[in-house]
Amino acid sequence: MFMAELKANNISFKYNGTNEWILKDLSISLKDSQVKGLIGESGGGKSTLCKILAGYEDYFEGEVKIDDLNTNSSKINPVQLIFQHPEKTMNPKWKMKRSLDESWEVSDDILEKFGIKENWLNRWSNELSGGELQKFSIIRALNPKTKFLIADEITTMLDAVTQVQIWKLLLSIAKKRKIGILVVSHDKELVHEVCDEIAHLNDINHV
Amino acid sequence: MSEDKINNRENVTKSPKTLLNVSNISISFFQYSKGLKKIVLHVVKELYLDVGEGEIVAVLGSSGSGKSLLAHAILGILPGNSLLEGEMKYNGKILDQKLKEELRGDEIALIPQSVDFLDPLMKIGDQIIGDVTDDKKEGKKREMTKIFKNYNLREDIADLYPFQLSGGMTRRVLFSTSMIINPKLVVADEPTPGLDEKPIEETLNYLKTMANEGRGIILITHDIQTAVKVADKVVIFYSGYVIEVNRTENFSGNGNKLLHPYTRALYKALPQNGFKLFEGSQPMNMDKEDKCIYYDRCRQSIEKCSHSNPDLVEIDGMKVRCYVVEKSYEI
Repeated sequence: MFMAELKANNISFKYNGTNEWILKDLSISLKDSQVKGLIGESGGGKSTLCKILAGYEDYFEGEVKIDDLNTNSSKINPVQLIFQHPEKTMNPKWKMKRSLDESWEVSDDILEKFGIKENWLNRWSNELSGGELQKFSIIRALNPKTKFLIADEITTMLDAVTQVQIWKLLLSIAKKRKIGILVVSHDKELVHEVCDEIAHLNDINHV
Repeated sequence: MSEDKINNRENVTKSPKTLLNVSNISISFFQYSKGLKKIVLHVVKELYLDVGEGEIVAVLGSSGSGKSLLAHAILGILPGNSLLEGEMKYNGKILDQKLKEELRGDEIALIPQSVDFLDPLMKIGDQIIGDVTDDKKEGKKREMTKIFKNYNLREDIADLYPFQLSGGMTRRVLFSTSMIINPKLVVADEPTPGLDEKPIEETLNYLKTMANEGRGIILITHDIQTAVKVADKVVIFYSGYVIEVNRTENFSGNGNKLLHPYTRALYKALPQNGFKLFEGSQPMNMDKEDKCIYYDRCRQSIEKCSHSNPDLVEIDGMKVRCYVVEKSYEI
């Protein structure tokens, strides 16, 4: 059995043209199968860190690497980011099926587990509710090559019932596929409920 | 401010003067599918809602339940392919499109949920003061200074652009834009999601202050905890219908005083109340009411529920749309 670990070492970040560090000498790691919570005040740099971890940000100091003996040179990034607002991450000119197909050929089994009805696949993104759309964006991120999920406030915009559905399902799939999840949220109660371990941004960010 | 203080609202009289009365509102959308086939989607049905002076009414529902459409209907900003039926009254007068256009931005204000509602290319001060004639400008400016003080904003941010503000300042600016018109009715659309405890409390305190000044507040939210902290009553939306109207204090303990099974599910799904799983999703655009809208997910349904959708009935000053509850209260 190989263990994979996502490691961010001594990350520092500031916006171009400013002198204020958003993140400074921050290190964090995430093992496969691990569910780690990250809490911290809004404006503290949580989302910036998420983008760095998932490869959306090129200009930062430090390194992000994955220790994985199983590494293959796949085009798919094994670290996938799921955002707070799914409507901003779907191409509005594509039907839902195409948005999923862009990532992987999703099995009927997964669609059923998420309660996605077949006719939803033929809808445009603006014809679905926020909860339904978020389910799509999670499935899209669950490409078989995905090893780590960065979940940035993914149920903040959803009602409590949908929030439980999404987390219970996501946790069970992650466990089966040995996916590590970084749960970023302002909701302490939620983080305590779903995570094995919790990090406070203030403790690891040396600004 | 502590939670106790938020809950302890003394100025709420038992029967405040009704400001807004929404009666049997339905909203539908027309869409064209393949070719020119026209389809009608019914998104909000049989909606009833009363808001009194000094009262905070929380409208609670998940996305897609139709709760934001209610705000748009009150302000008269529904899109062109929609049809609004039913009756709305404001201060006893029929609230038609003409009156809505007169009152919005005057007696009725909207507090939008996000920064996106500010013009990125316009200075904050100009956006708050709005489009006024020169002779009124000075008065508005003085008013703005006063409001900035109330919201703990520095006077010089009037000269800044939206991108130069922090999230917290932006939120206070959004509140300022609604307060400068001195409204009687305020519709706040999801003012709190994604905020930490402190800014949430700050936001809720602003709403509470507005209510204590005699304004009626409609707080639209999907967050049950936010709703319960400030509202006098909570209206629960499900699939375009109001399924329950309950007093805020009943959202406590094990939730036994909540009436509708969905409301209880919402309450028990909170991480601090058990994180309990309830399967299924809210049906959208129900066209045939040949069964209760919650029937497919309900664990306590009786025979009647499978072939007709219950009406909203009143029980001890609360309201519910459920045959099982009706039966237990012997209605």
